[in-house]
Amino acid sequence: MAPAKKRNVSSVKTAEKSAKKAKVDLSKTVERILESRKHANDVFDILESLQAEQEKEVISAVAACSELFCALLERKELFLGKLPGEEDALSGGYSAEDKYRIFMRHRYTSCVEILLEHLSHEHAMCCLMKFAAGEGLHPLEDLDWSEHYTFPERYTLSFVALVDNLLSKATDNSLLISRFQEFLEMEDVRYYVMSSIRDNAVVPVYQNNVFTLMSSISMPNQESELTNFMVKQEAKHEDWKAAKLHEHKRVFERMWLGFLKYKLPNSMYKKVLVILHDSILPYMSKPTLMIDFLTAAYEIGGAISLLALNGLFVLIHQHNLDYPDFYKKLYNLLEPSVFHVKYRARFFHLANVFLSSSHLPVYLVAAFAKRLARLALTAPPTALLIVLPFIYNLIRRHPSCRVLIHKPSAEDEPFEDPYLTDEEDPAQCRALESSLWEIKSLQKHYHPDVAKAALLINTPLSEQEDDISETLEVTTYELMEKDLKQPEIKSVPLEFETATRLLKGGGDVLGQHFCLA
Amino acid sequence: MSWGEKASMMWVCPVYLDPKPSIRKETLLKEYKQKNRCSKFIDRRFGEYDTKMAPEDKILQRFTMERQRVHEKKDVYNLNEEEELTHYGQSLAEMEKFNDVVNSDDESEEKGLLSAELTASHFGGGGGLLRKKALGEEEEGGQRAKSRQELIEELIQKSKQEKRERQVQREEAQELTEKLDQDWKNIQSLMVKKTPKADKQEEKPKLEEYDMMVRELGFEMKAQPSEKMKTPEELAKEEREKLQKLEADRLRRMMGEEVVEGAQSQIHFSADDLNDGFVLDKHDKKTLAYQDGKWNMGEEEEEEEEEDEAEDEEGEGESSEEQESDAEEDEVEEEEEEEEEEEEEEGSGEDDGHSDLESEQESENEEEEEASPKPKKTLSKEEVKAQQEAAKAELPYTFAAPESYNDLKDMLRGHTSDNQRLIVARTQKSNHPSLAVGNKLKLQKLFGFLLEYIGELATRSPPELSTIDKLIPEVYALCQMFPDAACKAMQSILGDAAHSMEETLEVKGHAAFPTLDMLIYLKVTALLFPTSDFRHPVTTPALLFISQALTKCPVRSLQDLTSGLVLCSLGVEYVSFSKRFLPELINFLVGTLHLAVQDKASLGYIVVPPFRASGKYSDLLVLSSSESCRSWSKKSLPLSATQQLDLGNDPDRDTHRLTCLSTCLDLVKRCCLLYKDLPSFTHIFQPIRTLLSKHLSTQTLPEPLQELSSEIVEAISSMPVTQSALVFDKRKPIPLKLLTPKIVEVLDYGKKRGSTREEREKERLKHKYKREFKGALREIRKDSRFLAREKLNEVMNRDAERKRKVKELMGSLATQEGEWKSLKRKKK
Repeated sequence: MAPAKKRNVSSVKTAEKSAKKAKVDLSKTVERILESRKHANDVFDILESLQAEQEKEVISAVAACSELFCALLERKELFLGKLPGEEDALSGGYSAEDKYRIFMRHRYTSCVEILLEHLSHEHAMCCLMKFAAGEGLHPLEDLDWSEHYTFPERYTLSFVALVDNLLSKATDNSLLISRFQEFLEMEDVRYYVMSSIRDNAVVPVYQNNVFTLMSSISMPNQESELTNFMVKQEAKHEDWKAAKLHEHKRVFERMWLGFLKYKLPNSMYKKVLVILHDSILPYMSKPTLMIDFLTAAYEIGGAISLLALNGLFVLIHQHNLDYPDFYKKLYNLLEPSVFHVKYRARFFHLANVFLSSSHLPVYLVAAFAKRLARLALTAPPTALLIVLPFIYNLIRRHPSCRVLIHKPSAEDEPFEDPYLTDEEDPAQCRALESSLWEIKSLQKHYHPDVAKAALLINTPLSEQEDDISETLEVTTYELMEKDLKQPEIKSVPLEFETATRLLKGGGDVLGQHFCLA
Repeated sequence: MSWGEKASMMWVCPVYLDPKPSIRKETLLKEYKQKNRCSKFIDRRFGEYDTKMAPEDKILQRFTMERQRVHEKKDVYNLNEEEELTHYGQSLAEMEKFNDVVNSDDESEEKGLLSAELTASHFGGGGGLLRKKALGEEEEGGQRAKSRQELIEELIQKSKQEKRERQVQREEAQELTEKLDQDWKNIQSLMVKKTPKADKQEEKPKLEEYDMMVRELGFEMKAQPSEKMKTPEELAKEEREKLQKLEADRLRRMMGEEVVEGAQSQIHFSADDLNDGFVLDKHDKKTLAYQDGKWNMGEEEEEEEEEDEAEDEEGEGESSEEQESDAEEDEVEEEEEEEEEEEEEEGSGEDDGHSDLESEQESENEEEEEASPKPKKTLSKEEVKAQQEAAKAELPYTFAAPESYNDLKDMLRGHTSDNQRLIVARTQKSNHPSLAVGNKLKLQKLFGFLLEYIGELATRSPPELSTIDKLIPEVYALCQMFPDAACKAMQSILGDAAHSMEETLEVKGHAAFPTLDMLIYLKVTALLFPTSDFRHPVTTPALLFISQALTKCPVRSLQDLTSGLVLCSLGVEYVSFSKRFLPELINFLVGTLHLAVQDKASLGYIVVPPFRASGKYSDLLVLSSSESCRSWSKKSLPLSATQQLDLGNDPDRDTHRLTCLSTCLDLVKRCCLLYKDLPSFTHIFQPIRTLLSKHLSTQTLPEPLQELSSEIVEAISSMPVTQSALVFDKRKPIPLKLLTPKIVEVLDYGKKRGSTREEREKERLKHKYKREFKGALREIRKDSRFLAREKLNEVMNRDAERKRKVKELMGSLATQEGEWKSLKRKKK
């Protein structure tokens, strides 16, 4: 091949060039080539530096390439139609003009090849996308649109190559993918990318890349929003698959189902579940296909179950999913860790929704209240400020649960707590026979707000339900700020026992176990 | 009297409502009868028309008036009646009686005013007409009419006699006064410190002296009883009462009740406190006290006066101290003599701020005193002294307050911890707020710098904790002086730490354990502020910080665990008084115990984050060999173990593990005691019980730990598991709604509410006017009715009269006629 030959000749020369000089030279070269055809051979220099060792040089070469070939595409100075071989062109009866075009077209092809090799550079990627856009405007092949009413086959192929490159199995391409996101805004690009994510593998890095790419896809909501195409097609637009929303949805759904078919690591599970309800489910043509996945996730337990709740909720609520033993499972999800996980706010929001029905049996609500109260004994103050109003709301909604905090019939006879902690069935846990002594204990909680909230059970609860949505996201620091940022303090009470030593005071606990040196 | 007038008189009178015809008869009827007459009879007797006067009074008054009138006419020239002599219309006899009253004893005759007897003698007639008469004769003569001459004589005599008497009286009084003065002077010297000014005043007139004395007595401060010496019992009682009061205050705050303004006095000021910063348990030195049989009040005053210059004197005091102690080493006999010096020297010693040390030393014998700041017993006394001298010689006695943190660091750099404390104390002294205006701000800043310095000391490696320890009293004293600034400084430290932790949490989901400086800050917080308050601007966030650290920081090494245990200890200290429930503490302790469990399969309890049931770091406390149990004995862990641990080999590591475990178990035990009153005690401690009794095989542990563990299990299982069901607080039953109407007596009918005062006044006047108008109308109608009745009566009477007269006439005519007819008949 000619470029290869040339490369060998000029490799010494290019290595000597400094990067800056190269850039100046390259842009001059581009100007020269575009000025007159005499300098057409200089294009080899550009292709040369495209393969240089130094990154800067490559970048400037990429820029030069994109400038040059875009201009050529615009001027239609690239050969149209089926490209004859280079040797054929020389021997065949082509005019000089055609020969030049064939020559340039060949350089263009080799340039694209080199760029595909360099895909890890975002510039190369951008350049390729520019070429694709340019070709879309000025097709190189005299195509009959009735047959190929799509991107030229070549480009779908190059897309496949591009996507394959992005979804590397060895390196984490999240940066590149985020750069690529801007092209995903375009409907046809997105469509073809989605359909080219096909094969799969259980390699964490690969899955990570796939997930990053897939989660960066934002789907349109309506057909009318499908306007931003990279390649506009006048004819046959209606029949074009990339222009139809349901086709988009179908491809999208296939892509996700293909991805979720495989076993995912827990962290990936969580990531998927977090975005599932608002960026995946609404854009699927048949959301019910997710049932299997969600049920499986719900069975796993722990934080994953908590997250699966959200998707399940959408399915139950909007798609009429009937889930047997849903509440039993929900009840068993309540463990001390629910107060400590990151998704606490989401969980309590959903639990509040699930338990807001007034048609729930009393035993179930009582079981939930008692379980939550028991768990509250290990909860941090921020969680307690959610849980206590939550329990109160349960009791308010179901007045027959009031026996939990007010049982005058059994006032005088002390008895052991009949509640069975380890019972998995809320119907069997005897929560209704118990009382919420846990909340009574929390009246001695160290944080004043919690203690005050717990004190509410001493009197009949007010009719008005507490709004827990405000407290859901409160962090410990915000709680702290309430005390730290008090505008004015009348007078700060001080310790009256004189401090003499560091480890003295407060019952000498610290002093007993630790020493200064 | 017009109609209207009469009417109004009637209305004023409350009886106008039941009309009395009698009144009308007396007034209206009379008027009516007087009508159209030009002359009328007016009764001018006194009070004739005055209805308000009682008839008896009237009569009495009339009688006196009559007598007066008669008297005026009769007495013009009558002298020798029993009538009194008068001058200017006043009775002379009366005047004579008042003589003594008018003349005070200081009045000299020359200055005397015109008095009755003088005028009488001057104007009354000849002085030579004196006739001596016995009193008896006078009496006798009193019977008959006295002549003018006699009277005058009598008068003169009387006056002379009186003059004599007065003189005698005055002399007596004078004598008594003098005697009193003398006595008073004697007493006064006893009662007042200052002796009254002596002889100078005697030249001044006596009166002034007396006045001055009176004023002096009035204005002079009452001699106050000097404060009683307090017995040790009384002192202790006082102290206890003070503490009790503070304790009650603390309890109140713990319950979260509203703070009554001014209810708390943060610092107890002794009566003698000059508010000069010597607040630290020095007040007992300032009170009046006997020392070795001498009253040291005067010295006390001197001392206090000297305190401003105390810095200068200190050097002297120091040297005298040295000398003295030298002497004491040789001979103890001289002690007596040096007592006074001792006194002063102690006063200056105070300025060092070594109060805590001092108080101990004082109770001990004086010999120990000189060893005060450096209790290094290994050095011989001479060496200690030499060192001290050298060290103290370097220290200046006044320090400018540091303007920046670096200033403070420069100031303290290179000094021993004791000297650092001295420097801080002296800085505080020499910049006391009472000395200059800006000092308050300077010292407030100093507090912030000190805190920062403490933090830096703790982050050094190795941490200089003993210096921090020394600085604590100073920090405490500054905090007591400026609670608000201290609060702000501490809050900002806590806030910053919590904020950075929150940020790491958001990014990573977990955070590293707080570093040693933060642990120290938390401890200092507990020392400076009450941890038991229901809500406190500093300690509540601090407790939240502890809880946050215990929940969010995963234990990944033995250092982490040690930090965690320090935090747990702090947590226990924070809640030890208020017995508040700190769930994170129990969680962490369970987690720590879990780390020591060897077989992690089939747990009967749940481990709460940040601990995991199993995982990389879940075997941190499992002993590597059971050998180490035997050699282990409990030792305090250094606080620096939270930062770095040099545990090269397994036995060392095992020792550390066992120490951690023992600390943990002890904390669990304390928690058991703290929380034994919680209704859910059994459920809270359920995991610990299961863990200790089933999973933590006690055989592998050393004796003391086994005991501790079994004690805990026992304590937990001895708690009652039964509870009585919850009920709402008993409240007063809400009374049933009553259906009978409530009757409210309306006292002011038609009173319009809500209008302004003027409107109401206007309204009231209108109403009154209307009422008056109606009343007047009614009265007028009644009057006219009465009049009409009277007129009718008159007419009737007149008619009847006329009829009667006509009848009479007719009768007489008839009889005349009859007589005439009979005569006629007779004639016939």
